[in-house]
Amino acid sequence: MPVITYRDALRSAMAEEMERDERVVLLGEDIGVYGGTHLVTNGLIDQFGPRRVIDTPIAENGFTGAAIGMAMAGMRPIVEMMTWNFSFQAADQIIQNAAKLRYFSGGQVSVPLVIRGPNGGGVQLSAQHTHSLEGFYGHFPGLKVVSPSTPEDVKGMMLAAIRDPDPVIFLEAGALYGTKGEVPEGEYTVDFGKARVAREGNDVTLVGYGRQVPVLLRIAEKLANDKIDAEVIDLRSIRPFDSDTIVESVKKTHRAVVVQEQWRWFSVASEVAAIIQEQAFDELDAPVERVSGAEVPAPYARNLEVAAFPSEQQVIDATRRVLYLGS
Amino acid sequence: MGTVIMPKMGDAMEEGTLLKWLKAAGDEIAEGDPIAEIETDKVTLEIEAQEDGFLTNVLIEEGTTAAIGTVIATIGTQDEVGQAPAKAAPAEPEVAEEPEQELAAAAPVAEEPEAASAPAEPAAATSTQVVERAPGERLRASPLVKRLAEEHNIDLTQVAGSGPGGRIIKIDIADFVSGAKSAPKAEVSAPVQAPSANGQVAPSSAPASSPVSDKGTKVDLSRMRRTTGKRMTESKLGIPHYYVTTKVDMTEALDFRKTINGALSESGGKVSVNDLIVKAAALALRDHPEVNTSWEDGELYQHEAIDINIAIAIDGGLIAPFIPAADGKSLGAISTLSRDLGRRAREGGLTPEEYQGGTFTISNLGMFDVDEFIAVINPPQAAILAIGSVAETPVVRNGRVTVGQVMKITLSADHRALDGAQVATFLQSVKKYLEQPMLLAIS
Repeated sequence: MPVITYRDALRSAMAEEMERDERVVLLGEDIGVYGGTHLVTNGLIDQFGPRRVIDTPIAENGFTGAAIGMAMAGMRPIVEMMTWNFSFQAADQIIQNAAKLRYFSGGQVSVPLVIRGPNGGGVQLSAQHTHSLEGFYGHFPGLKVVSPSTPEDVKGMMLAAIRDPDPVIFLEAGALYGTKGEVPEGEYTVDFGKARVAREGNDVTLVGYGRQVPVLLRIAEKLANDKIDAEVIDLRSIRPFDSDTIVESVKKTHRAVVVQEQWRWFSVASEVAAIIQEQAFDELDAPVERVSGAEVPAPYARNLEVAAFPSEQQVIDATRRVLYLGS
Repeated sequence: MGTVIMPKMGDAMEEGTLLKWLKAAGDEIAEGDPIAEIETDKVTLEIEAQEDGFLTNVLIEEGTTAAIGTVIATIGTQDEVGQAPAKAAPAEPEVAEEPEQELAAAAPVAEEPEAASAPAEPAAATSTQVVERAPGERLRASPLVKRLAEEHNIDLTQVAGSGPGGRIIKIDIADFVSGAKSAPKAEVSAPVQAPSANGQVAPSSAPASSPVSDKGTKVDLSRMRRTTGKRMTESKLGIPHYYVTTKVDMTEALDFRKTINGALSESGGKVSVNDLIVKAAALALRDHPEVNTSWEDGELYQHEAIDINIAIAIDGGLIAPFIPAADGKSLGAISTLSRDLGRRAREGGLTPEEYQGGTFTISNLGMFDVDEFIAVINPPQAAILAIGSVAETPVVRNGRVTVGQVMKITLSADHRALDGAQVATFLQSVKKYLEQPMLLAIS
């Protein structure tokens, strides 16, 4: 299988589907002539022209609304948020219209829209430009929310997102754009609502998604040195959510640590912990642990930013706690 | 509506079994009427009504066990008969806070400061250390452990919890089932590998368990059996026992006893060998107060009173009522009291005050023709004396072999409280009193 970057996997998914389906168009700030702030759409304007790769004004609410209209009219628009932080400008369109039109219309109108862009922080963009919005968007019925972590998944899920009849919040792990991985040749999709067991293990279940997954795999190797055999689950899909894979894993390991960059309160990790206790209560040998970002607006200073995100040591400590091992 | 709760009949009592309802719902009752018969781990008691009225609801069935403080019946007016009680029976026994009005019990309730005390420091607990749960303290176990316990019929009260606050966790069950000492906590592979795949703890496949082809028929355990089992396990696992044995020439003591009993024959009194031993031990304790001690919660307590417990085998288990201030009692008084306690122990008629307490225990199997044996300490006491049979044995006296009446006695001591030399001196003292029995009469 060819080895390509997360960024190239994303671009090739969009480009291939644009080749196949002329209804697919791209909208966003600086995605055309400039090639995209993160170079995800680099070169696509040359390939598909400005009518399908549309540079927009800096007006998220406006172009997201336009894309919703295009989707209602039968197009397959993909909107780039330069970063997900700017989606707050478009939140009214996303939440009030995109998420609800199928419901309002009694199923007569659907919104096959993909909104994509980098999510999360870690590159010193300070408080206003550092948010992990999976919990926020995952809250609203009518939206699908995914957060792939590998080139293979990001390509397969982008294809699935474009073909999905409903609006998809496509949260890219911005910090992973340059990471490489094997990608199958040819056309394939990765269905939503199915988590991936990234590493099999028997002693503890580590749950994460997006940027945390490679971190968890690294932690799992360290834990293996201490003879702790960790299973790592990559959620991939936040909504719909795959309870079964997690519950099956906890039935095997009897303990879980959920790791996320976002804040703890009302978060994905809270939901995972709740599902485990609802569906696997009698399997638990220890309370589920959550490792989350610090409850502060993201700091700018590098040392503080590092301290505000989950660290390997925090995850290792939590893992040892659920195993009743001393630190 | 008034309530009747499962009374707390002593410090160690956590729950009681309702043996029999003596009144049925709808019966008119007067204050003081016996309502029900309950069995605690030690005794069978009647619960009396604390008010006049009608028994309106009977909330637990005969044969059911309920935690102390659980509402087991309600008392009200005739109109209220059969009406649901206002409140559901509380699951937790904290209601015992209002014992005066709530307790429909025959005996007063002791203060229970231990119940309020914090559980043992979790970090300090190891998986083999049995955590003493204060009366009424909730048993903590992980959900997985509770499920495994149910599936494998494990009594969790017998399992020490090594998790935070004494929580019983998976590895504790694995240790308990295998019966083996757990691997040191530092050995990380232990929690990982101890239980078999899928987290199922299969007692039959546990390596250290005896390979039996037939699981056998489950014997219903009396509450006393369970309590004895629990306390003895705690004692043997938690106390660093060691043992010192000595031989006592009982020739003089037997003659002395014969003389006394001859003198008492008209009054029908009779002094047993055990009575002599009780008195001898009590006097030796007076000489060696360091043995009359208890080890509790990491502290050593020395007791003023010398209260000697006598282990008595009865149907369904063991009980050890005590003879208070035995050092100051005459042999006759010890004998009378001892016989009375023994008779009532066998009839199930002891009161909690008669068996809860004591400072030193004697366990005597002399009547069963045993050479010697080792007893398990009755915690928190620091020592227990095990008495073997008196046997005719060749002994050397003044350079000549002669027939002696020899009895072997073994003291099991808690090494946290007592060292070997102290125990040896104490045994010398016991030996002195028994070999010069006149001392028993004059001290």
